[in-house]
Amino acid sequence: MTDQPKIRIRDLRKSFGRKVVLDGLDLDIGVAESVVVIGGSGTGKSVLLKCILGLMEPDSGIIEIDGRNVVGLPRAERETCMRKFGMLFQGGALFDSLPVWENVAFGLIQAQRMDKSRAREIAVAKLAQVGLGEDVSLLSPSELSGGMQKRVALARAIAAEPEIIFFDEPTTGLDPIMADVINDLIIKCVQELGASALSITHDMASARKIAHRVAMLYQGRIIWAGPISGIDNSGNPYVDQFIHGRAEGPIQMAVRRD
Amino acid sequence: MNPLASIGSTFLGFLGAVGHLAMFAGTAVGHCVRPPVYPRLIGRQLLEIGYYSLPVVGMTTLFSGMVLALQSYTGFARFSAESAVATVVVLSMTRELAPVLAGLMVAGRVGAAMAAEIGTMRVTEQIDALTTLSTNPFKYLIAPRLIAGTISLPILVLIGDIIGVFGGYVVGVYKLDFNAGNYIQSTVQYLERMDVISGLVKAGVFGFIVSLMGCYHGYRSRGGAQGVGAATTNAVVTASIMILIANYVITELFFAR
Repeated sequence: MTDQPKIRIRDLRKSFGRKVVLDGLDLDIGVAESVVVIGGSGTGKSVLLKCILGLMEPDSGIIEIDGRNVVGLPRAERETCMRKFGMLFQGGALFDSLPVWENVAFGLIQAQRMDKSRAREIAVAKLAQVGLGEDVSLLSPSELSGGMQKRVALARAIAAEPEIIFFDEPTTGLDPIMADVINDLIIKCVQELGASALSITHDMASARKIAHRVAMLYQGRIIWAGPISGIDNSGNPYVDQFIHGRAEGPIQMAVRRD
Repeated sequence: MNPLASIGSTFLGFLGAVGHLAMFAGTAVGHCVRPPVYPRLIGRQLLEIGYYSLPVVGMTTLFSGMVLALQSYTGFARFSAESAVATVVVLSMTRELAPVLAGLMVAGRVGAAMAAEIGTMRVTEQIDALTTLSTNPFKYLIAPRLIAGTISLPILVLIGDIIGVFGGYVVGVYKLDFNAGNYIQSTVQYLERMDVISGLVKAGVFGFIVSLMGCYHGYRSRGGAQGVGAATTNAVVTASIMILIANYVITELFFAR
């Protein structure tokens, strides 16, 4: 790891009305490092991702990307910054009006103004990288199974060769075998690109596989962070309860979202 | 609970909604006039809003023109002014009926579809995905719809004018035994350029309203299938009401002396 982290987050705060979601969150993600943020549903994992991506404006705090604070940047500069990012959405978020290959090539055609036939070649190559044949490229996303959609979404996330990739619950809703296939693909793609990765998940099997470092988010803060090898003897009762999936313990589940 | 408080909070909520809508419209129009534009997407929306609405608008204006001839004939026959039927038909069609009816029909057909499509894209995170792929959703989704709506409704209304007058002609000549030549002559005789132009200006405004409300409610929809359903209903209802209000305002601007 070099001195300057790829992403450096300090004292990030975000509330919705009276509900405090992020309460002074600190997190570093190194160059070519894969960090997994774990935490229960509704603890603000998605809000964290959306703040870094610029889909939401945090109330206060610092988000530095390559040493540059992006909070409060004008929209145009923020959009330039966005080109370093790739994102795999939880539900895939494929554009259902476009065939698979145009989904994968979308960023290349729209943002980079690449010529269509060249973008298509790259799209087919990226699809091959996630184990999908050329025949799939002409189908519409609604014709694909959940696992296939995730693969296409992964191909789309890596198509523009981003420096940072975000994974929002990459294995949720998949059977264990497909989940493992997706985990392998994530590891492979991140390694090939040499990219930094930030994943949020509550699937411990997935976290153990793809993480270099794990951070546990609870009540708007990172309450524990460390290498994945240390997670079983973290000495933190919250982490212990979470990774063993016990109903009893210091964490009380909120039933309502707000 | 204090009744004044509830009145106040309702009013503040209304003002908030008006402010949101105005900001949304401002941003959207800003993206319409600044590059990049997406000609292919505008073309697709023109097809969707304009071409596929032709049958609906055609049927609506045809039968409106027919019933107008029939009704005005029964009225005017009571004081032997049957010859005014053609004039009444053409003036009501171009100035009022074609733009308003076409606007309302397109609001039902297109506004609802837009709200449902954009709303679904919102709840399935497709709009967020656009942003992460460095594409501004206002440019990619909303600007093409606003441009296409504003262009295609005047064209639809111009066609609707002609079909409506034709409907009046058919009833006048084949049912009420007018002379065909006389009917056409009195149709053209009192028609002024301003009658048609005011109708087309109205149509442009209505087209903008329909697209704006469809996009606005879709873009802001929340909470899954139910949210998208509510967005669809709101888009049609608010677009229809705004069309009727705008219709009065524009008429006032054009003809009040």
